[in-house]
Amino acid sequence: MLAPSVVLFYVAAALTIGGGLGVVMTRNIVYAALALLVSLMGVAGVFLLAFAEFLALVQVLIYGGAIIIVFLFALMLTRIEDFAHLSDHRQWPIAAVLAVATFGLLAAAVVETNVRTETERQGVEFARLGETLFAEWAVPFEVASLLLLVALIGAVVLVRSDGGRD
Amino acid sequence: MIELAHFQLLSAGLFCVGLYGVLARRSAVLILMSIELMLNAVNINLIGYAAFVKATEAHRALGQVLVVFVITVAAAELALAIAIILRLYRNRTSVNLDEIDLMKW
Repeated sequence: MLAPSVVLFYVAAALTIGGGLGVVMTRNIVYAALALLVSLMGVAGVFLLAFAEFLALVQVLIYGGAIIIVFLFALMLTRIEDFAHLSDHRQWPIAAVLAVATFGLLAAAVVETNVRTETERQGVEFARLGETLFAEWAVPFEVASLLLLVALIGAVVLVRSDGGRD
Repeated sequence: MIELAHFQLLSAGLFCVGLYGVLARRSAVLILMSIELMLNAVNINLIGYAAFVKATEAHRALGQVLVVFVITVAAAELALAIAIILRLYRNRTSVNLDEIDLMKW
């Protein structure tokens, strides 16, 4: 008899991997964007099962609320009819072999490696997380905000149709 | 009982699905989606370690802080990449990467 948490983990893992396979297999790019949403929500479930509640929330807000919308806008602004029947690159069999081989390598590494772990998973308190992020890692945090600002300004400059020299 | 190996194997699986997507797809938008999958695989691994590793709470919080930074950088990267794709589409009316061979000899 499996513990409920294990069953939930397998459900979240199935959503994650199934959504991921949907992204790389489907012929319709809008379905791929929606499959990506399923996969990322599965990842949020996995975060919850590791007691990372804050990051699960962030995952739902940022990926579900922002990134998928950005993808759908990108599909809307480029002509969507072109994307209804996607074809894969002709090197896809090599890609499949390479992906399976990489998984074999990683799985072998996981099984063979002994990590000193606790037997029971434990969460990190919100207060502790905030303290670490805003006190100990305050400078990297500010640099990250600067990076976001630069990236967004860069994106605006890039897509502006009549600005600058091409 | 959930163990660290569960998280690691899930992470490895999702990473390889993303790897296949990056190598096998032609559309730049789909390749971006596959990169998002790979970044999320890394996040699962970090979160798994943050929950299981034998260390003080302050050290385990670092794993979650790293995930915050990964998500931030992923968002910045996505905004720029979508802008480049829109620009590319406007100039070449295609976002298939094997047709963008301007700099290939």
